[in-house]
Amino acid sequence: MNTRQQSKLIYSWYGKPMSSDRKLRTSQYKGILITSESSRTETCIQLGDFILVEGVNADQPYVAQLVDLYEDGAQQKHAVVQWFCRLEEIPQNKRKLLKREVSAQEVFFDQVLGYDTDIAAETIIKSIMVLPLHLGEELPIITLNKEQTFYVKQSWDGKCFKVLSPDTFSKLKEASKKRGVITNSSKAFIPSDTLTPVKKETESVVRSATKPKNACMEIESKHSASKFSLAKERHSQRVANNDIKTPTARKKLELNSPTRSKGRLLGCEVLGLLDDDCDAIAPLEPSATKRKVKFTSELLGSPPKIPCSSDKSKSTPETAEHCQRFSDILQLSPYTKVKDFSEKDKNLHGKDDNLSLVGYQKPSSQSPVLTPRSRRTCAQKTNALIAEQISLLKSHGKLVAEEDFLSGSDSSYSSSSEEEEDDDVPCTPEKKSKSSRIYSTPKSSKKPAVHTPAKTLKKTPLPGTPRTPRNATPEIPRRVQAAQEPASVLEEARLRLHVSAIPESLPCREEEFQDIYNFVESKLIDGTGGCMYISGVPGTGKTATVHEVIRCLQQAAENDELPPFQFVEINGMKLTDPHQAYVQILEFLTGQKVTATHAAALLAKLFSTPGPKRQTTVLIVDELDLLWTRKQNVMYNLFDWPTQKHSKLIILAIANTMDLPERIMMNRVASRLGLTRMSFQPYTYKQLQQIVSSRLKGVKAFEEDAVQLVSRKVAALSGDARRCLDICRRATEICEFARQKRTPEMVRMAHVTEAIDEMFSSPYVNAIRNASLHEQIFLKAILAEFHRAGVEEATVQEVYHHHVALCRMEGLQSPTVSEIMAICSRLGACRLLLVEASNKYLHVRVRLNLSQDDVMYALREE
Amino acid sequence: QHRHLLELLKRTTVHGESNSALIIGPRGSGKTALLNHVLKDLREMKQVTENLLENPFLSGLLQTNDKVALKEITRQLQLENVVGDKVFGSFAENLAFLLEALRKGNRTSSCPILFVLDEFDLFVHHKNQTLLYNLFDISQSAQTPVTVIGLTCRQDILELLEKRVKSRFSHRQIYLMNSFDFKQYIKIFKKQLSLPAEFPDESFAQKWNNNVQHLSEDKTVQDVLQNLFHHTKDLRSLHLLLMLAVSTVTVHHPLLTAADLQEASRQHRTDSKANIVHGLSVLEICLIIAMKHLNDVYDGEPFNFQMVYNEFQKFIQRKAHSMYNFEKPVVMKAFEHLLQLELVKPLERPSVRAQREYLLMKLLLDSSQIMDALQLYPNCPTDVKQWAASSLSWL
Repeated sequence: MNTRQQSKLIYSWYGKPMSSDRKLRTSQYKGILITSESSRTETCIQLGDFILVEGVNADQPYVAQLVDLYEDGAQQKHAVVQWFCRLEEIPQNKRKLLKREVSAQEVFFDQVLGYDTDIAAETIIKSIMVLPLHLGEELPIITLNKEQTFYVKQSWDGKCFKVLSPDTFSKLKEASKKRGVITNSSKAFIPSDTLTPVKKETESVVRSATKPKNACMEIESKHSASKFSLAKERHSQRVANNDIKTPTARKKLELNSPTRSKGRLLGCEVLGLLDDDCDAIAPLEPSATKRKVKFTSELLGSPPKIPCSSDKSKSTPETAEHCQRFSDILQLSPYTKVKDFSEKDKNLHGKDDNLSLVGYQKPSSQSPVLTPRSRRTCAQKTNALIAEQISLLKSHGKLVAEEDFLSGSDSSYSSSSEEEEDDDVPCTPEKKSKSSRIYSTPKSSKKPAVHTPAKTLKKTPLPGTPRTPRNATPEIPRRVQAAQEPASVLEEARLRLHVSAIPESLPCREEEFQDIYNFVESKLIDGTGGCMYISGVPGTGKTATVHEVIRCLQQAAENDELPPFQFVEINGMKLTDPHQAYVQILEFLTGQKVTATHAAALLAKLFSTPGPKRQTTVLIVDELDLLWTRKQNVMYNLFDWPTQKHSKLIILAIANTMDLPERIMMNRVASRLGLTRMSFQPYTYKQLQQIVSSRLKGVKAFEEDAVQLVSRKVAALSGDARRCLDICRRATEICEFARQKRTPEMVRMAHVTEAIDEMFSSPYVNAIRNASLHEQIFLKAILAEFHRAGVEEATVQEVYHHHVALCRMEGLQSPTVSEIMAICSRLGACRLLLVEASNKYLHVRVRLNLSQDDVMYALREE
Repeated sequence: QHRHLLELLKRTTVHGESNSALIIGPRGSGKTALLNHVLKDLREMKQVTENLLENPFLSGLLQTNDKVALKEITRQLQLENVVGDKVFGSFAENLAFLLEALRKGNRTSSCPILFVLDEFDLFVHHKNQTLLYNLFDISQSAQTPVTVIGLTCRQDILELLEKRVKSRFSHRQIYLMNSFDFKQYIKIFKKQLSLPAEFPDESFAQKWNNNVQHLSEDKTVQDVLQNLFHHTKDLRSLHLLLMLAVSTVTVHHPLLTAADLQEASRQHRTDSKANIVHGLSVLEICLIIAMKHLNDVYDGEPFNFQMVYNEFQKFIQRKAHSMYNFEKPVVMKAFEHLLQLELVKPLERPSVRAQREYLLMKLLLDSSQIMDALQLYPNCPTDVKQWAASSLSWL
């Protein structure tokens, strides 16, 4: 969501309504005009065009074909589309069905029924190209505007991939052809009488063709300089186009178009033309290209590959083209900063990979169409190598060198283009005017290049010394030695009794499991949203059950029994602040990292607007009560989203208290939570027994009675399964200690009792018994004072008198006040006493933290 | 206890089992010493050292909130977002990062981590107990093996834990008590005082150790020790006492005597407030006595300066022969001095509205302390002493 995209876009209909439906009060149109206010550009999208549609994630717009455009009774503009899906949108587990590598530019004809094909026209971003290909066909090499062109080979209906049916294929082909015609024709039919309209129109048309939005913003700023020359150039093209309707002309167009700095060239067009004309190019270019090769080799100390390449004359057009690309990127670079360099490298590598695939197939298929491609491959490889070499140079030097190289190549290109123009000149009668105009081309392409060094140098923060390594991978170092496997039965049992051990099934929670499962399943099938509130004391298996449900659902979705869904989990305890919940949810859903307020806004937008292809989201909110804020807006939002019509959000909220909605939630929040509640009862002793024994299945380590004792004890106290397991685990340890003498390896009653005693024994009595004499006397004095005053609170001064009296009775040396204070604070630290802050000295008030009877009991034993 | 803890840690390191435990015991009962000892033993074991046990050590007194604690953990673990001993990023980021880091590991492959939380009770007061919840949650789930060990002196620590945090804690508590009797105490005393065998001057070490042995059988020394033992079983106070005694040892006075110990004990036991009284002027003493009488008459009710002054005036008019009748501002000055020494404490903050003479005060001394101090006070006029002894006799 950068600022550029926030510039206002105005959507208006193109032309008059084609037909209208009285009853539905809709009227249909054949095109839509998108006007950007800030850049004053207009884009016209017509029926049959391929478009990008705003998606969940700003970086990943959806691809679609425009099928219908209409305006409904409420003046809302709607569009009906045929979706294409990217590989990323296909569930991970289905991707393997494809059994082949898929490039980032490939999309699938989407035949999944669940998606809404009716979208708001305002979500259309821009138009693009989608080319149908046969399955066996290789992806054509795209030289420019990678982002703008997609390819379709197969269709996807939610379950499997299919080859495109012939009629779809032809339809798509037609659509893309038509599109090509439109762009071509619009180029061809520009009237040449006035220069300014030409300029404007060419611009808008060209833009409508393929230009990415940001590029257009950028070009805006720069255009004042290059506009004029561009228009001229275009003009010349047109002239050429009109005059010589031969491949040469088209080739020239194609060779010229790279000079139009931005990614305007339709890659497909280039390719098609290239295939046609590759033989035509060859004879035209030797002089230019040779010179160029020399030039580059001089410039870079060591690119031995270019001279080495088998056919110079043929590879060099490609290098020339590459230089274009370089210059393109360079022109972009002031805006995209240094990271462009790395990106560029990456791009090159990526292409290189793609191309190398093609390269491998060269030997097998020697068709003339492929040969130039393979040539190009090696040329691109060399280029990639050059880029790499450059990047290896040191940061500063690198920049400079690259600048040099690029500007150099630029000039070399311009010279070659000039050369080429000169070659053309004899062929056409109108060449005089044209060639004179052509001189502007180098200027236009050079100008930005001249600007760049200064800009890039200024704007580049030096790479290296990253302050915060954002991309640090959170990881704990691996252990050197592998963990030991359990050796004895007891160890095995202990391992299974650990809370973290995941049991195969969850005994005693079958009903709850079924309820939750049914709830989520029904919502999933309906495609609606809803909330469920789950409560229960700690350790009753709430989270475990919910996770189990999700696991089962995911499995079902994998087996195509259920529509696929996204699963997000947040835990109130693991958030530092309730508002961080938004951030986490958004990160789960889209992978973006933004601030809390921004995330809230994005999520609200996401859930409240009808998303075209939205999967249902299942959100688990653990420890719900911690998301409480004073205004409760976090909870309000969470429970408000599912009630939105299009949200498809299912929330499972988990908390401890049963009456949480009534207790802490405002009415409006509680009412949105709805009445679907479920409470997990504490386990009974039988259930606990079953849990323990199911975990110990197959391991004979516990006596029946021992397990029963533990479960009864825990069930009487809390019904916390965790506690139960912990006691059992401790019992195995005790048993192991004791085992040294005896052989039988069974946990008996005695061990369990010991473990229980250890866990539940009150520490106070023990602590008092081990206290020093005066501490005990002090406690006695407190008791006496309480007895005297009848109030369970006394000041140290009063207790002191009693203490001294007691000491006299016992025949001990009575302590000083300082010593009494020390004793008092020590007992306070152990929390046997509750003591006020000590600055009141003698008037500190003292209370017992345990019952008087306990103290009496502990002291009497002596 | 030692064996229990050792076993526990060994299992974490060797088997990769997650655990949590609390070591509870009063101050000076050797909690940290026990832990350090166990860790030392653990490091000596071959298996463990190979597994590279990491242990972030956090103290509740240093890491006062979860944010600081998290940063400290990541710093001590040397995770990848540490830049030159410093951790950047917001609290939320750090938490997410650490959790992610710990989640990635599993039982068999990642290196076990031992978290030591000193002053565990202070961590309990952190907001929502987020850190504790997360640490215990990790120890209860199949993530990186961790052992969380808390050290605290509070017996009621479990009641401070929130219920879900409590549920996740394994309830393994190791109680440390000073459960030795007096004989062992004497033994400890001997051991602490004896010179080690590797002491360079052997003949002196021999002599010194003999002397210590002799001392431990001495009656007066035993009395001193018994007294201390009755007061507290904390070994740190024994150290303090011995420190005082040993610091008297010089070249000319090479061996410790029973008298030294007695002297040290006396110093150790002196009442701090009574000591202050010794340094007061006669006027100030008189004021304190007046306050004491007021306390007796009104049974501990607070008083103000005017009341004290009146009481003092009465004494001057009726009885005093040796005392000069000071003017009120002078008496006020003396009273303020007592206030500064914190022998007297105002009940509320001095405010602008209330005049200083009428601020309600309380005496921070017990009558027995005052009497003791008067006995020792040099050159105390007899009539003042008499006045102090009998509050009513002069009427």
